[in-house]
Amino acid sequence: MPSLFDNYDPGDFFDEMFTSAGEVRPHYQMLHQRSEDLSVDDFNRKRQIAEKSYLNQGITFTVYDDKEKGVERIFPFDLMPRIIPQAEWQHVEGGLKQRLAALNAFLDDIYHDQRIIKEGIIPEEIILSAAHFRPELIGFKVPKGIYIHVCGTDLIRDEEGRYLVLEDNARCPSGVSYVLESRMTMKRVFPQLFARYGVRPVDRYAQDLLDVLHHIAPSAAAGDPTTVVLTPGIHNSAYFEHSFLARSMGIEIVTGADLVVEKDRVFMKTTKGLKPVHVIYRRIDDDFLDPKVFRPDSLLGVPGLVEACRKGNVSLANAIGTGVADDKVVYNFVPDMIKFYLGEEAILPNVETFLSAVESDRQYILENLSNLVVKSANESGGYGMLIGPRATKDEIETFRRLIIANPRNFVAQPVISLSRSPTWCDGSMGGRHIDLRPFILSGEETRIIPGGLTRVAMQEGSLVVNSSQGGGSKDTWVIHGEEEG
Amino acid sequence: MLSRVGDSTFWMGRYIERAENNARLLDVNVQMLLDFENRRGETERQFWGPILSTLEDTELFAELHQEFTAAAVLDYVTFEPRNPNSIYSSISFARENARAVRDQISNEMWEQINGTYLYFIDGSAAQDFRASSHDFYDKITYASQLFQGVTDATMTHGEAWQFVQAGKFIERADSTSRILDLKYHVLLPSGEKVGGDVDISQWMSVLRSCSAMEACLKIRKGDVTSWGVAQFLICHSKFPRSICFSIDRLDQVIRDIGGTAEGHFSNEPERLSGLLRSQLDYATIESIFATGLHEYLDGVQAKLIELDIAFNRTYCAY
Repeated sequence: MPSLFDNYDPGDFFDEMFTSAGEVRPHYQMLHQRSEDLSVDDFNRKRQIAEKSYLNQGITFTVYDDKEKGVERIFPFDLMPRIIPQAEWQHVEGGLKQRLAALNAFLDDIYHDQRIIKEGIIPEEIILSAAHFRPELIGFKVPKGIYIHVCGTDLIRDEEGRYLVLEDNARCPSGVSYVLESRMTMKRVFPQLFARYGVRPVDRYAQDLLDVLHHIAPSAAAGDPTTVVLTPGIHNSAYFEHSFLARSMGIEIVTGADLVVEKDRVFMKTTKGLKPVHVIYRRIDDDFLDPKVFRPDSLLGVPGLVEACRKGNVSLANAIGTGVADDKVVYNFVPDMIKFYLGEEAILPNVETFLSAVESDRQYILENLSNLVVKSANESGGYGMLIGPRATKDEIETFRRLIIANPRNFVAQPVISLSRSPTWCDGSMGGRHIDLRPFILSGEETRIIPGGLTRVAMQEGSLVVNSSQGGGSKDTWVIHGEEEG
Repeated sequence: MLSRVGDSTFWMGRYIERAENNARLLDVNVQMLLDFENRRGETERQFWGPILSTLEDTELFAELHQEFTAAAVLDYVTFEPRNPNSIYSSISFARENARAVRDQISNEMWEQINGTYLYFIDGSAAQDFRASSHDFYDKITYASQLFQGVTDATMTHGEAWQFVQAGKFIERADSTSRILDLKYHVLLPSGEKVGGDVDISQWMSVLRSCSAMEACLKIRKGDVTSWGVAQFLICHSKFPRSICFSIDRLDQVIRDIGGTAEGHFSNEPERLSGLLRSQLDYATIESIFATGLHEYLDGVQAKLIELDIAFNRTYCAY
């Protein structure tokens, strides 16, 4: 009987399942064995069950093209899980908690004393020129001193399997609903395997998030705050997630049109009249939040919301202005922040980064464009990126012009060959590059559900894992015990 | 509950009911025509025009179709995405509304409504329709009933549920009045007289489209005349698709939403629904026919529109 791994080639990469000698890593052995017992037909049947369940649940995201108003697609999901042994996870978890503590201290500093600028750790112009820096918020005390309540930090593993931080998403990171839904799907598809593996559960995420939101409620509403999820609406590509989280927390999901501000207090329009709102988990970017303060053409936001927030009548998660912390230029200074605020060395290193704003770096970047990954400082979702070794001459020249015209807006990194994980594509098992986005919640304490979203570039050889660019996902299992062999 | 949620649940209930009623209407017309195969001189327009008049769709249809054929009408009312009242559009809108309030409805409700939508999207609906339109329309009716059943059995009977019911019953009252009015638009073929074979056969079709055939025959003891059928479908207080029954339920649920006792009102929609209810409760078939059946049904439809507007203004768009 042909088995799933018959023609699998780990290649010249760090493979999550196989060592370079072709041995199955200890924590993958049980999964590998179980897979050997499965025929291709069995496996396909399981895939169909999973796909059907996604479609029926409406776990879709919306792809826009020119003529149609938007097509719903299911998020490609691969049945082969990514497994992380407990010890490895503890290392990652420690690194992330440290990083979040530093990022939060940084935001508090930047919007108050700006010590990190005064002491020459970060040049002032880098902060002032960051697109998501909000000088309007300088001097504003956020509830409980927390800025980033929900953070999605993207990690990759290099050729040696070391975890590196690729970027932080400190505004409205999405993807956690896929973590929770894919776990439910996997339990249905591989029930026995779960029981035997001792996979750490992820179910408490929604409760943890609600705890964070209650923690920052204005004291006037203490005890019984009204908390809502604010979504741009049903046509937003992450609407499923917004609604999923509202349901899982048992709170209302609202659009900007459902809210009004009167006398600096926020209310929602209900069938029984206006009802006060105290905490908003907003999934709308700063720019669109309040047409009175930010973009005046925004129809998604709520006029007067920022003032209500300033008066302390409503709390927002994440706070306004966190985008300065996930700017790709500021990213380069996070290890310095960790040293500056915490007096520690970064547990999880950054990827080596060159800033085209810095003369000597720019020279290097322009001379080595065909070997580097160039990213614009404020884009996300895999847009505005140049992957040197894969780019055409024209693309490289376009980026050269862009960098010279606006050096502040670009950074460059060496091409990291992300680790690969066995993934079912086009009827056979092949190695595909993956990353990991854990979700970090900061409230009374910092909590991270074990694992996170493993994104996988479904195209062979591709290093871009974003869902808007054809990426898929895998369930991520953090298992009790089992040391890395 | 959020006003937007009220609006969405109301329309979710309403669109599902609309899809079902359109399916009933079309199925019955197809069946009815089997009795008239090969009649000389009669055009398809005569048989299918009334359906469009009943649904107030004549103009849009003419814009989209040059020729007036049975196939064109069936396609227009069943699948046409540009027709906002087609079965497909109704299902899409119902799902769209469900998607907007997924945090308020049960998973089972979502899966049922999403499944029906996917049935259209993946082409199975069109395939079933080609194989047997009767089986297809049955499936739509069944999908709607399953949804209503799942709703009753899995959703908290709180305010959101009450809005679903309000949408369902206002649509049902409206639909039954339109189905009944269909007979007004269908002219008797020349040479046929009132009370003759064809006339009775047409009234039976009206009953069938409301699943009222057996119930009416039992209660009216076989009296399938205009009076008998109209009295049953307008005034019968226990038959769940009659106008009277639908309005009774509508009035009850509207007062439940406002927390108002029977026979009283605290706002405009309650006043209008109470008024309409008492008009139906105390109507006699003699008085209805004295007004004229078509005129009477037109009046009911106008009052439902007035009620719908007042309801929306009070709870959703204040």
